[in-house]
Amino acid sequence: MPTAFTPVSALIGGALIGLAATLLFATLGRIAGISGIVTAAVEQESERGWRIGFLLGLILAAGLWLAASGVAPRTGFPLPWLIAAGLLVGFGTRLGSGCTSGHGICGLSRLSRRSLVAVLVFMGFGALTVYVLRHVIGGIA
Amino acid sequence: MKRIAFAVAAGVLFGLGLAVSGMTNPDKVLNFLDPAGQWDPSLALVMGGALAVSVPGFAWLRRRGRTLANEALPAPPSSRLDARLLVGSALFGIGWGIAGYCPGPALANLTHAAEAIVFVIALLAGSRLARLLPAPANR
Repeated sequence: MPTAFTPVSALIGGALIGLAATLLFATLGRIAGISGIVTAAVEQESERGWRIGFLLGLILAAGLWLAASGVAPRTGFPLPWLIAAGLLVGFGTRLGSGCTSGHGICGLSRLSRRSLVAVLVFMGFGALTVYVLRHVIGGIA
Repeated sequence: MKRIAFAVAAGVLFGLGLAVSGMTNPDKVLNFLDPAGQWDPSLALVMGGALAVSVPGFAWLRRRGRTLANEALPAPPSSRLDARLLVGSALFGIGWGIAGYCPGPALANLTHAAEAIVFVIALLAGSRLARLLPAPANR
């Protein structure tokens, strides 16, 4: 489905995300990498408190904003594709030690060469996947 | 207790940022990844807006060398490129390009979109599977 380019809300929302990452690094010395935080919160008992707090804050704040804004969620996305995508994202971010937030925001802010390479690789493969699904096969989303 | 309060505040800011920026809409993400289609460059400005705050913020903390509570900051990241990083990031990119969800926006949708619940369960299962791989040789 087509979406409009929204530069102002993108910049404001982005700045809030950058502020969140800086705050977590400044106060706890921790990297705001969502894939790592959610996995560790589920699998590890140590340091669980702050991780659960961070995740609940994220889930509830975004949920309230979305509910108040009245936007409709996406529905009807094919279930097998959804599960395959979730498995790949979980497997890939664990193997590659990070996702859009950990590598893309925190890693680049720490001037990490690993993170720069990771960002280029996942953006490249993301674009390639969309190209194949939309313009070669044509169909799922 | 104070640590948890800071973490909650960071989570709230992060969640608001995702929702305000529109990154909770998977179509917006997929359209960013589709320059050959109806391209929506918003995601690039979300990254730009985030980095405009976090790059100077992290640089200041690096110079300071300690957190605000005077605890040690983690060691600088390794610069070693290995197959795990490359293969993992490629697989993540493929999954991201299929559904338009990376971990943050999927969590941000948990109370909003039923499909996000399925996605997050699959994500946790995929992460568990990756743990079955042999550990990296030397890190």
